[in-house]
Amino acid sequence: MKSIIQNINKFFESRVRLGIMSVLTVQDKADFNYLKEMLNLTDGNLASHLRTLENKGYISVNKKFVGRKTQTNYYATNEGRIAFKNHLDALENLIHGGK
Amino acid sequence: MDNENKKHLEDLKEIRSIMERSSSFLSLSGLSGIFAGIFALIGASFAYWYIYIYHAFKRSSIIVNPIDFNFEIATVLFLDAGIVLFLALASGYWFTYKNSKKKGLKMWNPISKKLIFALLIPLVTGGLFSLILIWHGATFIISSTTLIFYGLSLINASKYTVRDIRYLGISQVIIGLVDAIDIGYGLFYWTLGFGVMHIIYGTIMYFKYEKND
Repeated sequence: MKSIIQNINKFFESRVRLGIMSVLTVQDKADFNYLKEMLNLTDGNLASHLRTLENKGYISVNKKFVGRKTQTNYYATNEGRIAFKNHLDALENLIHGGK
Repeated sequence: MDNENKKHLEDLKEIRSIMERSSSFLSLSGLSGIFAGIFALIGASFAYWYIYIYHAFKRSSIIVNPIDFNFEIATVLFLDAGIVLFLALASGYWFTYKNSKKKGLKMWNPISKKLIFALLIPLVTGGLFSLILIWHGATFIISSTTLIFYGLSLINASKYTVRDIRYLGISQVIIGLVDAIDIGYGLFYWTLGFGVMHIIYGTIMYFKYEKND
């Protein structure tokens, strides 16, 4: 039991981070506006969580110029995918096994 | 612990919903299908009238025998099909646009682009192949070719949208194959595939996904 709870990643207690990882594991990449629309967030809120995820190494960022505008694409790293999957497994185990 | 559990359960639900929304295009409106089907029926009725009443051809001879396929008839039927296609696409766009607005989602997102691309590859191939068949004078097999390629396009695109599209695609392929065996009744199978099937699946989708929204 204890080991199951240990797998719950404190880092993913934020719904926003969960949301970002959900999108990025399904899509190979997503840009800022798409994430914003999909998760219904403000610019500031989304940007700060993206930075946290990037610092943790769970997502990678790629900026490029499209004409004069910058387009920022976000990708889930392998590490991020694994961490997210472990977290989901732990959640499921907890709910099914914890009863 | 109970409260914790509840939070986790809600987390999972939220994740599932986000994954679903970001992996499939759910704004596709059933009304698009219904209207595409109605336009197809009108177009087919006109073609039927034109071929069998206005020109009073012996039934089925036109499609079977390329010699009967004169330029005027070809042009009129081509225009008829073109108008039906245009109206079907326009209404498809319109209802899907309205549906995505209602859902508060953008119509152009990475998923809808992937969907269009997945749809267009087999569809354009089928269109070109049909033109090549006309060029070779093999007009008797065109109705089944268009049905089969359209069905394959739907099956290919269905991985980005609701599952019903897959079944619609499979039914078009089956109708196309039967049409290819039962040569000479192309107009009937076209009406069945592009008209009736669109209306049936459009209605199913409308009641399944939109009515209660």
